[in-house]
Order: sequence, then structure tokens, then C-alpha cells
Amino acid sequence: MLTATEWEVLALSVSIAGRAVLFALPLALIAGWLMARTRFPGRTLLDAVLHSSLFLPPVVVGLVLILLFGNDGPIGEMLARFGIRLIFTANGAALAAGVMAFPLMLRACRQAIEAVDPRIEAVADSLGAGFWDRTFSITLPLAAPGLIAAAVIGFAAALGEFGAVITFAANIPGETQTLALAIYAALQQPGGEAVALRLAGISFGVAIVALLSSEALLAYGRRRSGQ
Amino acid sequence: MISVVIHRTLGAFDLDVAFEGPADGVTVLFGPSGAGKSATLAAIAGSGAIDRGHVALGSRVLFDSATRVNVPQRARRIGWVFQDARLFPHLRVEANLRYGMRRASGVQRIDFDHVVGVLDIGHLLRRGVRDLSGGERQRVALGRALLSQPELLLLDEPLAALDGGRKAEVLAYIKRLKADFALPMLYVTHSPDEVHAVADHVVMLDHGRVVTTGPSTIVQGARIGATIVGHDEHGVLLRVPHGEAAPGTMLDLIVDR
Repeated sequence: MLTATEWEVLALSVSIAGRAVLFALPLALIAGWLMARTRFPGRTLLDAVLHSSLFLPPVVVGLVLILLFGNDGPIGEMLARFGIRLIFTANGAALAAGVMAFPLMLRACRQAIEAVDPRIEAVADSLGAGFWDRTFSITLPLAAPGLIAAAVIGFAAALGEFGAVITFAANIPGETQTLALAIYAALQQPGGEAVALRLAGISFGVAIVALLSSEALLAYGRRRSGQ
Repeated sequence: MISVVIHRTLGAFDLDVAFEGPADGVTVLFGPSGAGKSATLAAIAGSGAIDRGHVALGSRVLFDSATRVNVPQRARRIGWVFQDARLFPHLRVEANLRYGMRRASGVQRIDFDHVVGVLDIGHLLRRGVRDLSGGERQRVALGRALLSQPELLLLDEPLAALDGGRKAEVLAYIKRLKADFALPMLYVTHSPDEVHAVADHVVMLDHGRVVTTGPSTIVQGARIGATIVGHDEHGVLLRVPHGEAAPGTMLDLIVDR
């Protein structure tokens, strides 16, 4: 059915999008909690900065990542001392995809936290549960359906990300060439339309599988949290 | 014994109450909506701010503005029951009941089986909280608060969200709690019937001030539908529905202060 190359592209895409969600979702959750539950000076500005990748051209995001995480960038140089290189690597592709998907996950996380009744948390407080205790026993379980939705949205956005990934991580087969990038590469070849079309079909299949599994997860999460 | 002195200004509303309640039995905070009853409870529980004042449970000081004592809410050992039961929707009845119990430090004076027995909720333990009736939810909320091993139980209009039949059901259980557990309770309501049913001691509030305090008989007159319309150092002025009582009757009932 699928050729070895197609399997490789598919597996790499899922792996990169998965890693993107893995690092970006916890950050989105923390930022979402701050936005939903706290008030501090500069909050609106921080919110705008956190959403910036939504409004910037993806190429610009890729450029900023090169400047920060490239071999000569401040963070890139620091990481290089620990033998970590992000530019032109699969982890770098995950970073670029995660940064692009971050605002979507942030919004979903924020809404999930906002949907938890603070009065229920106050009851937990009066019953002796401290902040971390009630966060893990009340807030997160109740927000779980929304957090699952955030992960799915982030995964889908990371899977389809093109501009920032190709700018920061380039289009290296077997390393950073995801489905979107492979389709682009195929279209650059004379007569590559058939290959591109097959890859497009695979993308469609992944989207369907992701959507169905998210529905199942959501239904499970809603049952668990009694909503 | 609970002693409370609270001064707090919140916008145009000025809360200025002081009262004492017995160590055993039910003290009812009684008064119309907006009298400051719930704000007083919140301040005692530790979730509402106090500008100046003093809150103590026996010899244990929970708040004192002069010595800058302010015990955090979760360390006050105060159980709090609301008109909407506010059960944890993702936990079963038993996990709800045990939530505060597991987190209580020290001796577990109040026993799980005892509470479940008194409130007749043994058959509900495995159930999710969504399937419960209003009365059952409130009974579970009462049990959850009791099992957190509190030294004071706050009941904030616990019957207000229930219909007539359920009110009587839950009220009967509150009376059983009162008889079975030696625990002071502060009970907020604007219903004279509930005052009559549970109160040992009454603190009547209006416009953020204590109007009068005393044994429960002083508000008997309010049972016929009287509402507080004013007060001064001489007494309380009540408006009584036409034909319910002669003015003199009402005065007899409330001058005892």
C-alpha cells in the first residue's frame, strides 16, 4: 500500500507533531492558567506576545527561531555547549511546529481552565487542599476534556505547519521532511503530481484518524469529569 | 464558643458586625438579602477580607487585625456548606465525602460510617454526583463538610435551592446532625421557619449591622412574614402582613433583647 519512503514521511510527521505538542502543551497550560486565573500588570501585553505567531508570517517565525536558536543565536550557542543542535534537525522542526501551534493550544487551555468553576476550587480549599493539591485533584481533572481538545488542535496544526519548519529546519528527507514539506518537494519535481497526490491522501487519512480519536478521547474525558 | 468582630468596607456596603455564639448548638444569622450574612460567613471562613476585627473559635484565634493573625482558609478547620451543594462533579459520592477527611490532620473525631449512617447516604456511595436529587446532593455536601473534621460548621442558606418537600427532608437531617455531633454551627437564612426549626441562638442582621441577638424566641414574630424595616437603640421595627397580627403583638415579641 504505502511505499517505504511514504511510511518514513508519515512516521516522521507524526513524531515531529507529537514532540511539538509534548513541549508546547505544558507551556500553553501554564500560560492559559495565568490568563484565566490571574491579573497582573502587563498581562494584556504578555497575551499579545504569546499570540504573536498567529499573526506573523510563518517565515518570520522561522527567521526569529534562526536568530535565537541558530548556531550563532544566544540560545543556540548555549545549547551547543550541551551538544544539542536544533537548527536543521527533527527536534528543530518540532520546535518550529510547536511555536506555530502554541497560540491555538493556549486559547484552548485558557478556555478549559476558565470553564472550571472557581467556587468548586474554593470548596477544595476549605476542605484543606492547598494550591498544588487542588490543581491536580480538582482543576486539571475538570479541565481534562478541554486540555485533550487543546492537544488535538495543537497536533493538527503542528502536523500541517510548513513555513516556519522549512525556514528553521529546512527540507531534509528522513530528518525534517514532514508530509507538508514532502508534498512541496514532490511538486518541485517534473511529473511529481502523482507522488504529491498520494502524500495528500495520506495527510487526509491522518487528519481523519486524529479527529476520530480525539472525539473518542473527548467522550471518555467528559464521562470521567462528569460533564 | 465563637466570637466575631468584623469591620469591612466594600464599595458602598459597610459590614460592621460583632457577636458571640455558643460552643454547642446552632447560631442563626438571620436577616433580609443584602444584610451581610454571607459576607460575614465568608470572612469567618477566611475567604472574605476583613479590614479590622477579630475571629476566634474558643481559644484559637483565626483572625486578628491588631496582632496580624490571619490563618489561611484551609487551616481554619471550618466546614462550609453552600446553597448549591458544589460537589466535585468528577468524583463519586464516596470520594467527595472522603476528600476533606483524607486531608484532615490530627484525630479523626468524626467517623465516616457514623456520618454516612446519620445522613442515610450509604446507598449513594458508589453513585456519581450528577444522578443525585437536590436533597441527596445537599446531604452529601453536609457529610463532606463534617468529615473534614471541622471545629465549626458554616451553613449558607443550605435549603434555599430546594423545593418545599426537599427542604423538610434536609432540615430533618440538619437537626439530626445537631443532635448527634457536638459541633457549633453558624446557619445563615432569611427564612423564619428555618430559624424556628434549628436555632438555639439568633443574630439578626440588617444593612451590615447586628440588629439584635438573643435566644431564638426573639424572632418568633418574624414567622408570620414580618420583615425588618428599621431599627434604632430602642428596638426593631417590623412590617407585618395585613391581618396577621396587631402591632402590639409584634412589639411584645421583639422587645426582649
